[in-house]
Amino acid sequence: MTLTKAELADMLFEHVGLNKREAKDMVESFFEEIRIALESGDGVKLSGFGNFELRDKPQRPGRNPKTGEEIPITARRVVTFHASQKLKALVEESYAGNSVQS
Amino acid sequence: MTKSELINKLAARYPQLVAKDAELAVKTVLEAMAESLAQGERIEIRGFGSFSLNYRPPRVGRNPKTGGKVSVPEKYVPHFKAGKELRERVDYPE
Repeated sequence: MTLTKAELADMLFEHVGLNKREAKDMVESFFEEIRIALESGDGVKLSGFGNFELRDKPQRPGRNPKTGEEIPITARRVVTFHASQKLKALVEESYAGNSVQS
Repeated sequence: MTKSELINKLAARYPQLVAKDAELAVKTVLEAMAESLAQGERIEIRGFGSFSLNYRPPRVGRNPKTGGKVSVPEKYVPHFKAGKELRERVDYPE
């Protein structure tokens, strides 16, 4: 089982009372606003869930694994996510002593 | 951007909705995502990224204050992998 935008939209329909169209748009806008903030270089802090941060990675040496040829991996900006203590605790509690696959 | 700023942006996008709806929507989405991970279920948002759990095996740790050994049980920790669109939009322009 996997949670997707479709299930999230269903929940907004059921629990918030948005109509189907609004619920679908709201889920899309939720993730789009986060993308817009990150794209503009602004981190996103969602208290109780976690923080999305930006990291600037300098250029580093790399290799084409097929040919062995050396090619530099260019400098880039990447997104990292740090789960909040609350989310970590929630996951740990639910899983204490159980074995699951991820 | 904080959660309340996100709520305000969404409320501004949907002037036909009452402001409380944007707040309830953000809380509902975040709760559903947290609950999903707590149940060991993956989250896949196309164009944004995926959340899953990573396994951490049991290990023997140290109490930094006393130096005594403590066994740390196995656990799962949330992990996020950015999707293609997010990765490309966040990276420097070519």
